[in-house]
Amino acid sequence: MSIEAKFYIDRGDFSLDIALTIPERGVTALFGPSGCGKTTLLRAIAGLEKNCVGYLKVGDEIWQNDNKNLPPHQRPVGYVFQEPSLFAHLNVRRNLEYGLKRLPEAMRKVSLQHAVELLGIGHLLARKPHQLSGGEQQRVAIARALAVSPAMLLMDEPLAALDMIRKREILPYLESLHRELDIPVLYVSHSREEVARLGDNLVLLEAGRVQAKGTVSELFSRLDLALAHGPETETVIKATVAGYDEEFELSYLDFSGGRFAVAGKRLPLGSAARLQVLARDISITLERQSQTSILNIFAATVDEMMNEGTAQITVRLMIGSVPVLARITRKSATDLGLQPGLAVYAQVKSVALLS
Amino acid sequence: MMFGENDLTALWITLKLAMVTTLILLLIGTPLAWWLARSRWRFKFLLEAVVALPLVLPPTVLGFYLLIALGPHGPIGSLMEAMGGQPLAFTFTGLVIGSVFYSMPFVVQPLQGAFSAIGQRPLEVAATLRASPLDRFFTVAVPLARPGFLTATVLGFAHTLGEFGVVLMIGGNIPGSTQVVSIAIYDHVESLEYGQAHWLSGSLLLLSFLMLMAVYALNRRFVVVKP
Repeated sequence: MSIEAKFYIDRGDFSLDIALTIPERGVTALFGPSGCGKTTLLRAIAGLEKNCVGYLKVGDEIWQNDNKNLPPHQRPVGYVFQEPSLFAHLNVRRNLEYGLKRLPEAMRKVSLQHAVELLGIGHLLARKPHQLSGGEQQRVAIARALAVSPAMLLMDEPLAALDMIRKREILPYLESLHRELDIPVLYVSHSREEVARLGDNLVLLEAGRVQAKGTVSELFSRLDLALAHGPETETVIKATVAGYDEEFELSYLDFSGGRFAVAGKRLPLGSAARLQVLARDISITLERQSQTSILNIFAATVDEMMNEGTAQITVRLMIGSVPVLARITRKSATDLGLQPGLAVYAQVKSVALLS
Repeated sequence: MMFGENDLTALWITLKLAMVTTLILLLIGTPLAWWLARSRWRFKFLLEAVVALPLVLPPTVLGFYLLIALGPHGPIGSLMEAMGGQPLAFTFTGLVIGSVFYSMPFVVQPLQGAFSAIGQRPLEVAATLRASPLDRFFTVAVPLARPGFLTATVLGFAHTLGEFGVVLMIGGNIPGSTQVVSIAIYDHVESLEYGQAHWLSGSLLLLSFLMLMAVYALNRRFVVVKP
């Protein structure tokens, strides 16, 4: 059930002009600086944005066009706002039931029980919202949105109002949602970390326009986008758990360019995982080093290079069909004679297993 | 004897008037306050000013215009006569109409404030949880505005109890039919019956104080920590 959206909003100082197709599965992150229109786009999809001309088709159903405009309560979405926005006059259970009760029996696909378990809020049901921490409130808000069995989940920076510790508390729940839900999720964020951990697809927004769209791995490694040039530039690689070495406590993860060995966390065999490699943790050699402590070395090809300031350079390497960014000094690049097309080896000093 | 027979009737009429007026004001004041709280109409301030007028206008002025409007030659009075009824001046119904105007800001303003304080967000949340506009109003806006409703009810009631000028102008001070406590007190004082004036005044003072005390005590309990 893919989503076709086209919206036009003109508010004088701000205009939004966007057309996109959102894939039916996985998390599509809407990413951009504040004021770029990502929240407005989300609100337009939910029908909350007034004076918005557009076209919205979800699966085979038209939600909005020139002659039709479903009001928000008739659009089967689940919406998580930046602040938890629980109803202060209702306890947690009745907050969760609010939407569920208004749903015809036949359309209840997600049970309250399931939503409660997914977010781990069983022990909070009798409490009032003001007795919960910010993180707990947001988990209840997410469960409340899921309990209406939505056709898509819209999340507007659900972690932005929380501190680091609360964020870490919620992220695992979001990751498990990602694995368990088979509905499209639109996730508004201005945090690279969240996008790297949760996003499958990425839409970059800038001043109310789509700047680029594609998979997270693809866009994170495109040198023509600002994403590739931050101090914490990283590449996200999707992999499958292929084995575990009991003796050294290493997980083996296969991706289309080879096999990573990663220390720590043991994951079920065959499960999907994502790996994050920082550009500054990759070094480049012309010959395969054999006597080295580095476990992960891959044959690669230099694809593209771009200067980073005056002393550094960002190199886009292709490991098989997987693009990976490396950040090295300009001197090293000159000494090695790096140029597009050159066959090299990428040594990955450290890699993080995200899920 | 603490209260004369007329005093008791005046007390009863006063309470009845305050109750009927408060009820009517809640019925018409709620949608009005809701609209004032949410509308972005650029001339909304005109209506707000009209609602607030009784706060500053001498009650006799309001009473004077109402007397003319409700009397046999006034637009409302002649309409009533044309429909086979009585002009409304000097009747209980006339008192109710006068009181509704007179106490309007005391009901509408707390409600408007309470509705504004809720903000857009809880209603948007309710909309994404499949609640229709009317459903949202009754299940989210009204419960969240509960302190506002309590304040509005008590202020509307208490303010109507203390009404004098408007009643004097359009009620005519007819014992047993339109004479309310505040005017009965005035009559007692005029006739130097200080004892009876004391009893009636004391009753109103106590009643008003108790009601306001209840509002402030309850509203403190209603304050919920905002998420």
